[in-house]
Amino acid sequence: MASSILRFRKLCYVEPVNCFSDPKIKDPIGPSEALPKQRKQRKQGREWRCWDMCLPESPGLKLKDRGLSALHPVVLVPGIVTGGLELWEGRPCAEGLFRKRLWGGSFTEIFKRPLCWLEHLSLDNETGLDPPGIRVRAVPGLVAADYFSPGYFVWAVLIENLAKIGYEGKNLYMTAYDWRISFQNTEAHSLKFDSCCVKIDWASGVRDQALSRLKSKIELMFVTNGYKKVVVVPHSMGSLYFLHFLKWVEAPPPMGGGGGPGWCAKHIKTIMNIGPAFLGVPRAVSNIFSAEAKDIAFARSMAPGFLNSDMFGLQTLERVLRVSRTWDSVISLLPKGGETASSQANHSHPITNSSNGKLCFGVEDPIQFGRIISFGKDSSQLPSSQLKLNDVKELLQNRANQKESSCSGEVWTEYEDMSKESIQAIAENKAYTVKSYLDLLRFAAPGMMKRAEAHFSHGIAENLDDPKYSHYKYWSNPLETKLPDAPDMEIHCLYGVGIPTERSYVYKLSTSNKCKRIPFRIDDSANGNDGECLKSGVYFVDGDESVPVISTGYMCARGWRGKTRFNPSGSPTRIREYRHKAPANLFEGRGFESGAHVDILGNVAMIEDIMRVAAGEELGGDRIYSIF
Amino acid sequence: MLRHRKPKPQLEEHDEEEKKLKSEDPAPTSKKRWSCVDSCCWFIGLICSIWWLLLFLYNAMPASFPQYVTEAITGPLPDPPGVKLQKEGLKAKHPVVFVPGIVTGGLELWEGHHCADGLFRKRLWGGSFGELYKRPLCWVEHMSLDNETGLDPSGVRVRPVTGLVAADYFAPGYFVWAVLIANLARIGYEEKTMYMAAYDWRISFQNTEVRDQTLSRIKSNIELMVATNGGKKVVVIPHSMGVLYFLHFMKWVESPAPMGGGGGSDWCAKHIKAVMNIGGPFLGVPKAVTGLFSAEAKDVAVARALAPGFLDKDFFRLQTLLHVMRMTRTWDSTMSMIPKGGDVIWGGLDCNGANGRQCQAENFNYGRIVSFGKDVAEAESSKIERTDFRGAVKGNNFANGSCQDVWTEYQDMGIGGIKAVADYKVYTAGSILDLLHFIAPKMMKRGDAHFSYGIAENLDDPEYQHYKYWSNPLETRLPHAPEMEIYSMYGVGIPTERAYVYKLSPTTDCNIPFQIDTSADGDDDSCLQGGVFLVNGDETVPVLSAGYMCAKGWRGKTRFNPSGIPTYVREYDHAPPATLLEGRGTQSGAHVDIMGNFALIEDIIRVAAGATGEDLGGDQVYSDIFKWPKWTDLASQSDEQGHRPPIMRPELILAAIEDEMWQSGR
Repeated sequence: MASSILRFRKLCYVEPVNCFSDPKIKDPIGPSEALPKQRKQRKQGREWRCWDMCLPESPGLKLKDRGLSALHPVVLVPGIVTGGLELWEGRPCAEGLFRKRLWGGSFTEIFKRPLCWLEHLSLDNETGLDPPGIRVRAVPGLVAADYFSPGYFVWAVLIENLAKIGYEGKNLYMTAYDWRISFQNTEAHSLKFDSCCVKIDWASGVRDQALSRLKSKIELMFVTNGYKKVVVVPHSMGSLYFLHFLKWVEAPPPMGGGGGPGWCAKHIKTIMNIGPAFLGVPRAVSNIFSAEAKDIAFARSMAPGFLNSDMFGLQTLERVLRVSRTWDSVISLLPKGGETASSQANHSHPITNSSNGKLCFGVEDPIQFGRIISFGKDSSQLPSSQLKLNDVKELLQNRANQKESSCSGEVWTEYEDMSKESIQAIAENKAYTVKSYLDLLRFAAPGMMKRAEAHFSHGIAENLDDPKYSHYKYWSNPLETKLPDAPDMEIHCLYGVGIPTERSYVYKLSTSNKCKRIPFRIDDSANGNDGECLKSGVYFVDGDESVPVISTGYMCARGWRGKTRFNPSGSPTRIREYRHKAPANLFEGRGFESGAHVDILGNVAMIEDIMRVAAGEELGGDRIYSIF
Repeated sequence: MLRHRKPKPQLEEHDEEEKKLKSEDPAPTSKKRWSCVDSCCWFIGLICSIWWLLLFLYNAMPASFPQYVTEAITGPLPDPPGVKLQKEGLKAKHPVVFVPGIVTGGLELWEGHHCADGLFRKRLWGGSFGELYKRPLCWVEHMSLDNETGLDPSGVRVRPVTGLVAADYFAPGYFVWAVLIANLARIGYEEKTMYMAAYDWRISFQNTEVRDQTLSRIKSNIELMVATNGGKKVVVIPHSMGVLYFLHFMKWVESPAPMGGGGGSDWCAKHIKAVMNIGGPFLGVPKAVTGLFSAEAKDVAVARALAPGFLDKDFFRLQTLLHVMRMTRTWDSTMSMIPKGGDVIWGGLDCNGANGRQCQAENFNYGRIVSFGKDVAEAESSKIERTDFRGAVKGNNFANGSCQDVWTEYQDMGIGGIKAVADYKVYTAGSILDLLHFIAPKMMKRGDAHFSYGIAENLDDPEYQHYKYWSNPLETRLPHAPEMEIYSMYGVGIPTERAYVYKLSPTTDCNIPFQIDTSADGDDDSCLQGGVFLVNGDETVPVLSAGYMCAKGWRGKTRFNPSGIPTYVREYDHAPPATLLEGRGTQSGAHVDIMGNFALIEDIIRVAAGATGEDLGGDQVYSDIFKWPKWTDLASQSDEQGHRPPIMRPELILAAIEDEMWQSGR
């Protein structure tokens, strides 16, 4: 059923049929000479069909009729989890899977050999790189992220529309990088520190050189397409990755790409960030903290006991937690900017307050959105004076002495090292803000945070001229880097609004305190009143279902707008928001006007915007529905 | 048992109804007892259940199960070369570049006509070829190129698949590069150190740059791989036509900018460690001639002999062969494989050219690539009556209108032209070109702009800077890179097409007027089989074409190889797979199956891990290629009287060759 719907939809995209207008009625847009001829063909070839009427015209054909054609080469940068991963070397249990997809595709291997699959997808806990004897690599080419799994498109719709106006392999490139590892690790991991200088240590092996490849590809496309600058289209975490690339490419080798200070200005026309997670997503915190987000919390309240029981002896959640904790890239999505840019424990930032007012009806809401994690519903609403806030740092120091590994078993989540007392102490602290959640995570997952903090930083810079900011760990944080000196390079933020998005969580202690249990979980019984934004232990604000508006839009709306310290050359920024509209009928599949984080890649208006920029047209100004 | 059980309850149910019915209409009820519907449903159910059971078992089967079975029957298999060398401690060192040959690379659709709806970014070529069966005419239309330009027809964009998937498997289960890739991965190769130089193999080499900038991409990728692997040079592995393509690339990359890549005269020396050609048709393949002449080769000819009338008929009104011919004639790249070097290399009327004689010697001249009639092929040249066809009036084809939309240039040719072609009786490598010009002028006009088939007299002549000479090893110099190595690796021991006996087709209205005379068979152990003369080779490319350049033409310091690039000939004797379980064999020497030959893979891995040709043991030869007559002898033997283009006259080039070719003393 689902596949047939998809096929209907596809037909509409391929057909040069104006879906809304009857063929006999005059085409409202651009009556060109070629039109009558086309109409003739149409009459002969196709009869009237239902789905022609109910689907909008594909933007590719619409713009082709208007005479647009491929001009600037396009680089797509996929986000987290959407890119495929394949096996290059594995343990005996993965025999026969050489160059087969472990991630993406039909995921059949999860069902056939789940433990083997998890083993191959996790990374080494110390280095954050491949465990010995295992090589899992990103799938290259457009197939890497056109469909995540059969029928679930990611980039495919955009690619198909771009192809309509003449894009093909030589001017369309999909950046393939291993989204599990930290950004600098996708380039090279071993630097040799000589007496004179730092060198890349070739002998000990390097990873994928994904950044070098991207640089070389952009340069090649620039040259072979008649010295036309590229348009980069990153999605979700890809925005952070590309931010990292912008800094990397201009930094001197060996840490950087050695492109020189004018590289970005010379090669890049526009960066069109789709649903960028510039300032992080709160979901990442709950993910690391207890491997659950809204979806899992809902599932738990629907079928209690299902996820909790040792089903098939698999300890599903614990294993997922263990695997995802080895993925450094998750850390890049933690909320950034501390209390200045986001919000504080005792007062919500005006931005967040107003946004929440639009979405949920209670304007006088007592919720403090700044508290990303609170223990108990009450503590999420109390004023801070009544809250008991311990210093988490003290706990942190105590932790070293509290090793108690009474639990044996193969699953390792770092929670096993923690004593009951310290778990209790965490829960007593009641509320964690954007600033202190980092301490909380350092406490809950010391191994992971130690690894990751060598690669990412989540602060906000006081003085950007400080030489320490030339280190690569600051490159992916927009609040701790300057944009490159490229006054003509445009930065667009395109994202959906109008969907409730997770912003903060109410936690409770897990009831069963035995071994191998994640001791914390979202309190799904915490529901607000009708007008409140609290549902099953999760507070919601405006956003695109995954990323709140503050993270997607703040940098383009404020942080980089005009000449600021983060944008010293004054690269122009633009905001394009797309209000979410759920698909009207079944034929629409995932919708043509969706604003959801991934489904927005099929949003007709957004695709049109991207194509117009790629074809060299100017977009209008900002288009804003939310608070900015 | 079961079958009896099923109808019973039904009988009971219907008992009462039947009684009622009997009283009214007794006739039909007696028949109903063994109604077919029940047994049919039951049978279908059984089939479905068994199908599901088997499917379930298949999916539940561990992946290594086939290997257990194989090992139980044949004893433990030898380690694949990757595992063996990994145990020896070899590690990935030099990045490798694969250059696939003709037809093995996948092609996908980027823009098409209405009939190709829903095929966006689906493979038209390679994969399962599902579309070929579903909509054959549409498929042919999209795979064909424009007849004038040799590029895409308007409104159609078919582009090569990129990445290793482009040519790892040609069709599901039919490997091309997959085995080599898997073995290289064992010693540590992965995507960043392996690169598939996929190109559109239908269009001429220079056009891949004009249209897709493929040559620039290959250059940029090689430079990137050298830079990101600590300055280690690449090992290039071209296969089949990829050999010629890479020859073209090496000239292109060093030529100055507008026509070439502007890499400078030391680009190859800086970036390439070795070129390991697998089954390279350096001097062309005779098969290409028959492909262009009558769209058939041995396989088609044999099929025709087995089932006469099948291919000739308007089967489903598809005119199969004509369509195939029309399509392949638009592919410029096929012209890159027309035999090169003329009569000097391939032999004239009365000499054999350079050949490995595998079967019994007999009174036959291999030089005659196309003969009309078996007796002509074997007669002495003085006894053959020939009338020149060049300049003959082609006449008009009366049946011009009735041939519908299929267009081959034969339709422009009348009976007079066809007869003139047949009356010339014998065509050698030199006159084949004239023949093709006569029967397919438009195609050859395109081809002449991109390829050349002669032997250069004076390589300093500025005319040789033109790109059309770059893929002909007899008209270019190798780049100045004395440390680079060139290998010729190919299979031997399989009969390979070398020359053909033709006849006129019985019906000449809409069909191709010529076809291979399948009735022409020699004696028992003769080389003539089904109208095809066979010599030693790898089933597609004769030893002459695959090995001659590395064995003679480039050996030592010659005028084609002024910097003395070391060359190595590595032959692999063909051994058919011992059992069915071996699949396509681990010791095969066949043109494509050699990609799974363990010995060849081992050689490649060793070189990629840093070995030189001397470390491999130098030449490895099974054929008698080194015993063949010197080039000069070949040239003086050749004495055809016909109108040979001056460039192919051996007298003129004799002196030059003699001076330079053999001064190294080999």
